[in-house]
Formats: sequence, C-alpha cells, structure tokens
Amino acid sequence: MVRFVNLTLAGITSGAVFAAVALALVLIWRATRIVNFAQGGMLMFTTFLAWSVIDHGGSYWLALGTALASGLVLGAVLERVVVRPVESKPPLNAVIVTLGLYVLLQAAAGMIWGDTPHSYPPAFTIRGLSVAGERLLLSPFDLFVIGAVAAVMVALTLLFVRTDLGLRLRAAAFAPEIARLQGVRVGRMLTLGWALAALVGSLAGVLVAPSVFVGPAQFDAMLVFGFTAAVIGGLDSPAGAVVGGLLLGCALSYVSGYVSSDLVTFGALAALITVLMVRPNGLFAASAGRRV
Amino acid sequence: MLEVRGLVAGYGAVRALGGVDMSVAEGSVTAVLGANGAGKTTLLRTVSGLLRPRSGSVELDGRDLTRAPVEEIVRLGVAHVPQSGGVITELTVRDNLRLGGLWRRDRAGLARRVAEMYELFPPLAERRDRLAATLSGGERQMLALARALTGGPRLLLVDEPSLGLAPKVVASLMAVLRRLCDEDGRTVLLVEQNARSALSVADRAVVLDLGSVVASEPAATLAADDRLRHAYLGF
Repeated sequence: MVRFVNLTLAGITSGAVFAAVALALVLIWRATRIVNFAQGGMLMFTTFLAWSVIDHGGSYWLALGTALASGLVLGAVLERVVVRPVESKPPLNAVIVTLGLYVLLQAAAGMIWGDTPHSYPPAFTIRGLSVAGERLLLSPFDLFVIGAVAAVMVALTLLFVRTDLGLRLRAAAFAPEIARLQGVRVGRMLTLGWALAALVGSLAGVLVAPSVFVGPAQFDAMLVFGFTAAVIGGLDSPAGAVVGGLLLGCALSYVSGYVSSDLVTFGALAALITVLMVRPNGLFAASAGRRV
Repeated sequence: MLEVRGLVAGYGAVRALGGVDMSVAEGSVTAVLGANGAGKTTLLRTVSGLLRPRSGSVELDGRDLTRAPVEEIVRLGVAHVPQSGGVITELTVRDNLRLGGLWRRDRAGLARRVAEMYELFPPLAERRDRLAATLSGGERQMLALARALTGGPRLLLVDEPSLGLAPKVVASLMAVLRRLCDEDGRTVLLVEQNARSALSVADRAVVLDLGSVVASEPAATLAADDRLRHAYLGF
C-alpha cells in the first residue's frame, strides 16, 4: 500500500511536468494547428540560460525568472520570424520548420554550452517527507513542482476565461477570420499565444532539470511524454492536457515501479495507442460536429 | 459615404468582380442583388478588407480603404456580418456579443451596448450564458447582427441574412435593418439573393451579374421593372 501511494505521488510530480509540456503544445495547436516539435528544443535552450545564471553565481529564483522571461521572448520571436511565413501554408511546411528549429536549437546549445550534461540544483531539498515513520516519495521540491505547475495553470485559466485579452486569444484561436472582423489583431494574438506556450514549456524545463540534467539532448523525452499527454487529453483541450499529463505520469510510475523502469517509454507508447483506439480524439475532445 | 470604383477582384484564376462601380449614400439601405456567383459576397469581402482587390478602389468618406487591413477598417466604423453569421460556436452568447465591441476599449460603453442588444433581441438575453453552438439558425443570425452592433458601426455590411431562415424570421430581420437606418442613422449595405424581401426595405438596389453592375436604381423603380426582375432577380 505504501508502495502504491509512493508510486502515485511520484507519478503526480512527473505528471505535473508532462502536463506543462502538454499544455505548451496544446496552446499552440489550438491557435495555429501546428504541432510544435521545436518545444523540446526551446525549453532545453531556456533551461540552459537558467543554468548559466546559476553557473555564474545567480540564485535559483533569478535563474527561474530568466528561463521564464527568455521563454516568452523566444516564443514570440520564433512565431514572428520563423513560423509566421508558414502559418497559412500546408501543414507539412510547419512540421518541417519546427523540426528544423529543434535541430538548430540543439546544435546551437551544443556549440555554446557543450554536449556534457550539467547538474541543476533543485529549489528545495529532494529528501522525501516522512509521515508516521514512513519515508514518502514526495519531497519539498516535488511539492514545489506541483505547486508551480498548478499556479501557472490557474493563472492561464483566469487569463483565458476572465479577461478581455483572453477572449481575444480564444476568438483568434477558434475563428481567426471572424475574430479579425471584430477588430481582433489576430497576428498579435498568435505571437502572444506562442510566447505563453513557450513560458509554460520553460517552466517545465527548469522543474525537470534536476532529475534529467541539463544537456542538448536531455529534454528530448519531455517532448515525447508531453506530446503523448496532449494526445491522451485531446490536442484541443487545455484541461485535457493537464489530466493527460497526470494520467501519463501515474501510469509510467506504476510501470516503472511494478514492472521495470526499462519499460517506461514502452508504457507511454502503450498508453497512447490504447487511448487512440478507445477514444481517437482523446479523452477531452469536443464532439466532432461542433464546427457549423 | 462609400465609394467603390472600378473594383476587380477574384480568387486564383477566377475573376469574381470585373470592374464594379457603386456608391452608398449615408443613412440609406442599399441592396446588392443578383444570382449565385454574381460576385455579391466578393464585393462585401473586398470592402471589409478580407480580400485584396486586383485593381480599383474602395473609399469611406473620402478615405482610401483599398490597402487597409481588416482590423483597421473595423476601427473606422465598418462592421461586416458574414454569410450565415459567423458566430463563434465555442464561445457563449455573451462573449460573442462582447467581442464585437472590444476594440473600442471602453468597458462601460461596451456593457451598456451589450445590455441594449439584450433589449433589442430578447432571445439572446435568455441564452446569454449558453454556447452559441446551441442557438438556432435565426438566433445565430440575430447574434451576428447584434455582435456587429456592439461595435457601434456607421456602415453595416450584411451578407445574405435570409439564408436558410423561415419567411417570418426574414421579415423581422429586414425590419430591424430598416430601423437601424431610420432610427439610429446607420448605413446598411445588404447583399441578398432573396430580392423580394431585400427590395421591401432598401432605398436603392444594385444588380450584379457575373461580376458587373447591370442596374443601379431606386428600389421602387427596380421592383416595378418587369424586364430586370425577370432577367436577374427571378420573381
């Protein structure tokens, strides 16, 4: 029983990070119908920037701020400069461009910081908390991870649902031409959408860095797991991304704990295939006939 | 108020408008009539900036709109209600309405205008918190018109509001358009295939055929002209 609780707790922690990556992918998919394959590279790059801050003696919080701010800027710049020209083109163009961006970011990071992974400090201790004499697989840092992701989710939800800017963002994502006819500057909304997505991705990068280390190829699995979580939730649904991330995190934790840690990636694939067979549009997809 | 000169526009190899000249007087209802494929919708899309013309010009009060982006044309007081309304089905009725006036950045004014729309269209008030996807065709058309009005436009471009609606609903929509003109002093450019109901509220009518203007007359004159009616309007 303790083992089950522990595996669940570990699953929720890693699931929170998957959820953040999934959310970054969903935000961009909703707005531009592009699967951002560069997301893994983008969060790797901003995490490296954060690592540089720490390496030069900066505090954890300054490094986190740097990652988030550079994520915002990187997302906006990439959308404006690289992605904008392919937004109205066939989907394959965007796939190639984002894949190319990923390769470019990875190569650039290798040139700047080298290929050897660096360790990254956690914000708080990673020693598990003790409850009634039992050591749990839940540390203060894990709580921080879950809390940080939850805080960002709540903030984004409030932004989208409660503010006029959020209404503009949603309108631009659902119906760009109609939104323009209402005076929404859709181009700006897309840039902002990419910036927000990259910010969420950057957060995920910094949060996962202590366990995967910081290197050009260290975050590749994050994109795979994040994408799986997003598809499980239905690529269109931010809430689905969160639930998909948590489900995937727990499922992988059980696979790793009860079966074998070598089978984690296989478990992700099995989860993906199962969901696609049972609910091809994901768990949270709106009914197919919604566009009239 | 609106001057269109020598407008040529199309899609790919298709030329939908072949040099259209027309003008719309301030405070009038002008109907653009014609069969399917006559270029009516293309004309509206070009005026509101959704489509770039190949040549010719569009002027609003002497100001050239030909190269202006849609978002800027909206800010000059031009609202375009596209065919079948174009309500955003994923948003609530209230959010759809607010979206129409958001560009003014005037929260108090927007709340007031949204309240006015609920008064003008009571069915929308009852359904304000529902998704627009749950509305009927007539209610969607109503919502689309109301959304355009929350921006307080001076010129309203309406594309086939009668499409797929019951005759009674069409009649009441047409009456609303007339009132917007008479009571609020708005100018209406109405594209319709349903010539009979459009002529019943229009001051002037322009008939398009294969992308060219074949008639531009006071609505009453056109309605009385058997030859034109039979040839182009089908009644």
